[in-house]
Amino acid sequence: MGAKDHECPNKRKIEMGELKAIYAMWYREIRVFFREKSRIVASIINPLFFLLIFGGGLGNIEGFGAVGGQVFVFPAIVGMTLLFTSIFFGLYIIWDRKVDFLKEVLVSPISRLSMFIGKILGGSTDSLIQATLVLVLGVFIGVQYTLLSISLTFGFMFLATTILVSIGLIMGSRMESPEGFQLITSFVVFPMFLLTLFPFDKLPLYLIPFAYMDPMTYAVDGLRGAMIGANYFPLYVDAVVLAVLAGIFIAIGTYAFQKMKI
Amino acid sequence: MSMKSAIETFNLTKKFTTINVVDDLNLKIEQGEVFGLLGPNGAGKTTTLMMLTTLIQPTDGTALVNGYDIKKEGGKVRKSIGIVFQDPSSDDILTGYENLKLHAMLYDIPDDVVESKIREVLKLVDLEDRKKELVKNYSGGMRRRLEIARGLMHQPAVLFLDEPTLGLDPQAREHVWQYIRKLAEEKKVTIVLTTHYMEEADLLCNRIAIIDKGKIVALDTPGNLKKIIGGDIIRIKSPEPNIEAIKKLDFVKKVEMVDGTVSITVEGARRHLTKILETIGKVDSVYVREPTLNDVFLHYTGGEITDTGAEGGWAQRIMSAQTRGR
Repeated sequence: MGAKDHECPNKRKIEMGELKAIYAMWYREIRVFFREKSRIVASIINPLFFLLIFGGGLGNIEGFGAVGGQVFVFPAIVGMTLLFTSIFFGLYIIWDRKVDFLKEVLVSPISRLSMFIGKILGGSTDSLIQATLVLVLGVFIGVQYTLLSISLTFGFMFLATTILVSIGLIMGSRMESPEGFQLITSFVVFPMFLLTLFPFDKLPLYLIPFAYMDPMTYAVDGLRGAMIGANYFPLYVDAVVLAVLAGIFIAIGTYAFQKMKI
Repeated sequence: MSMKSAIETFNLTKKFTTINVVDDLNLKIEQGEVFGLLGPNGAGKTTTLMMLTTLIQPTDGTALVNGYDIKKEGGKVRKSIGIVFQDPSSDDILTGYENLKLHAMLYDIPDDVVESKIREVLKLVDLEDRKKELVKNYSGGMRRRLEIARGLMHQPAVLFLDEPTLGLDPQAREHVWQYIRKLAEEKKVTIVLTTHYMEEADLLCNRIAIIDKGKIVALDTPGNLKKIIGGDIIRIKSPEPNIEAIKKLDFVKKVEMVDGTVSITVEGARRHLTKILETIGKVDSVYVREPTLNDVFLHYTGGEITDTGAEGGWAQRIMSAQTRGR
């Protein structure tokens, strides 16, 4: 009899506890992020070079449509920033679960789902801050932001980073040592990025299926649409595909975290 | 309601491939005990701890921790225990205070008591004036103390300490011992610790299980365990020891060769020392002492617990355990 009365507040208390735990995980990532200032500096050097050299070079080549090569690649470079920081943030749990705070999290009573969400939020905040720094560079090459374009941009960036951090975490939770890093960079990260550099309809036929499978295609296409109106798919298609992928990866990730031991 | 045991294991077993790392363990630890799992590296102590803390699943059997089943009620088990790992598990890029604050959030400690809890545990381990420093500037001993403090914050009924003084210098070790004793006395928390240091087990624990190759070979109070030896130990270095003659003396319990010396177990060694020295022949050196847990271990397993330094860390071992388990 009494049990039923107790059930409700109890359940709510547990949910509050999980929210607090997610917040704790996020808070930790942010604290660490701002303490490692060299990482922030390093993270925008690469995009800067890509924008100046790669974008600059492409700027003189025809075929990128009305906006020109440099502006066309810019969303891909924002995407690259998200891609690299997010994936490597995720992969970092290889160390994390050996030495750091994550071990303490794994033995705490919080659920693996909360653990995973907390990690994603931490990683996406890191990535979004870094990508924001890159967005500022856009102003200098002539990208004109409006309130709407900025909001849409952040929406797409958030979806993308959720997927990417998840991918990194899933791979990281399965890996035993950081030796596989190079392989992941070569076979996952770079192809995902490179496929986004060119207009979708100018890709050779053999690349089209891969482009369809690449989550970054939809992320960068969404960003192109939001920033410079040069999208290939309708924006809502990009958004829906990304949202579905995010859901799928969160589910896989939670499962991977449940299987993960320290 | 009758008082339940803090921990009870039922045929707890962990197999890695075909080797039973923990073999059919049946163990009962009462509330308020300081219980030691003593054994050499690779005896299965840490694996036992990992199962009890739900970090790995047993291959067979199960255990109740604070009345919760480690197989079915992992979350409840974890909520009711505190763990201090062998390897550091605090965040070294955060301050001591921040580490504790995060712990409070993870364990859902009510906001209005968090600050006083943090103050209380920091005081217990004497780290109040270092709380604002990054953990990376802490010494090994300070870090261990911080982690012990953290393990206590949510008032666990059982605190697990995995090799609490491994890798610490003697002074830091003394320090940590002091805190563990203080905990047991003031906080009345049940403490389960693993160690391969005899001295540590002897000093801290009220009961000890000696573990070898995944099995408990002896379980009792340190005093009773030592009584099993049945006397003091005399070690004699002699070029040609007359062992047969020694064996015939009626007060001699046991004679064996250890590391090129004759080890003789004698009831009342001081009284009979002259007789033994007369009997054995030419003597290079003599050493008389009371039995230690090392002798007990030797008695049961035929091998000594040697300090071979750091064993594979907890993390590394779970990771390799996982691959092997697959």
